[in-house]
Parts: sequence; structure tokens; C-alpha cells
Amino acid sequence: MDLSTKDRPGLRIVKVHDSRIDAAVAIQFKDKMRDVTQDGPKRVILDLSDVTFIDSSGLGAVVAAMKLLHGAHILELAGLTPVVAKVFKLTRMESVFKIHDSVGSVLARMAS
Amino acid sequence: MIEVHTTDSSLSIRCASDTFEVRNSLLALVEDMEDRAFLPEETGTVELVLAEVLNNIAEHAYEDKGDGRIELDMAYAPGSVSFDLRDFGKPMPEGKTPLGELANLDVPIEDLPEGGFGWFLIGELAKDMVYERLENANHLRFRMTVGAPA
Repeated sequence: MDLSTKDRPGLRIVKVHDSRIDAAVAIQFKDKMRDVTQDGPKRVILDLSDVTFIDSSGLGAVVAAMKLLHGAHILELAGLTPVVAKVFKLTRMESVFKIHDSVGSVLARMAS
Repeated sequence: MIEVHTTDSSLSIRCASDTFEVRNSLLALVEDMEDRAFLPEETGTVELVLAEVLNNIAEHAYEDKGDGRIELDMAYAPGSVSFDLRDFGKPMPEGKTPLGELANLDVPIEDLPEGGFGWFLIGELAKDMVYERLENANHLRFRMTVGAPA
């Protein structure tokens, strides 16, 4: 599970460089999210544009990461691909997270 | 190592109840559906349901032991795909598949559920689910609607 970070004023972008967040990597994902957000800006955008598949374990790990960060950080999501968006919609988790079309749309809104 | 066998109208996979064998089985299923020219979103939906079913077998029937045998037979028909899965682990609780109800999400962040989505997703996306315990095996059969291959 490979995560990279990029900071913008008041914002840390965490990008998942894997095509899957599934049962095989769910725990690892949650741990890495904690590591890469520590001491960073409050607002964290998780860029999921490279993730083409998520299962319920992966979804649980994203929720767990949000809970873990809660207080020190606010976790928002960006770049949901079709199957990932479907999982968030069916489980109604789309109502729990702030979801952006893409990281580009978040940055464009900050610049304007 | 997983075993994969295909015919004109079927796919069979034999794998162990290990998360990486499950993942490789799903990748084999996706590859087979791509070869048959199903739409990516339909393939993704089938992959999701099978991920939930296979992970459930690995985690619950085989209690994360990783070396249990899983047998998956998939049959392609016009407008639908049907599945027949067998494992030799523990039976389903109370002899039936879980109801899979979604937990209340209108709660503070710290109380949000981190699990319990699997059977809900299966219930939303799969049809005609039949579970039977026969001798020492769990048999799970269900169907999913898919468009005819392009």
C-alpha cells in the first residue's frame, strides 16, 4: 500500500498509489493514513483517483481512518472511480464524507 | 496457487482462504469477464459481490486460517451470471446467511460503523441467494443480472 502526500496552504493531499483498497491491505491502509497525516494540516484530502476497486473491508478502513483522524484532522475524499463511488452510494457513506470530483476541483476552488 | 478453468460458458476457480489468493481469484474473474467483453462497471459489480462472499468465507467459515479450500463455479447465461460456491469450514450462524442491514449513519463520527457492509452489499446486488449446509460443506448459490456481452 503506497501513499504519497503533497501539501498546499492549509491542506494535505494524500494519494493512494494502488488500484485496490481491499481485505488484503485494509489494516495497512489505516495505519499508513495515521502516519502520513501526523503533524500535518487539519484538512486532509484523500485522492482515490487511482483506486478502481474497494470492498467492504476497504470501506471500513476509510471510515476507520476518518475516525482516527477526527479531532486533529478533517478527512475529505476526491476522485472516486465508478465502482468506488457505487460502494459509497449503496452503503450511504457518501452522506458521511465530503466528496469532491477531483483534487483539481478542490484546488481550483481555493484559487478562485 | 489458484487453479482457473474456463469453458465457453463457465469459469471455475479453486483457491485457498487467504486474502492474496482471494485477490488473485478476483483478478482472474475480472480478466475472464473482460475477455468476454462485459462492461467495466458490470464486471466491477460482480467483482465486488464475489469479494464480499469470498472474504466472508475466509474470515468466518475458515476463521482467517488461510488454508481452507474454496471452490467457485460461475456460469454465464444471456442476461445473467450464476454462482455456486463451496467451502468446508464452519456453517453460517443459525444455518442461514446474515440479513445484512445497514447501521444507522446519523451518529457522531466516533460512532460510525467500520464493518457490517459486506452482507448488505451482497443483498443489494445478488439475487436468488440459496444457502445449504450439506455434509461438511457450505453451498452458496446466487445470480446476478448483467447485460448481454457486447
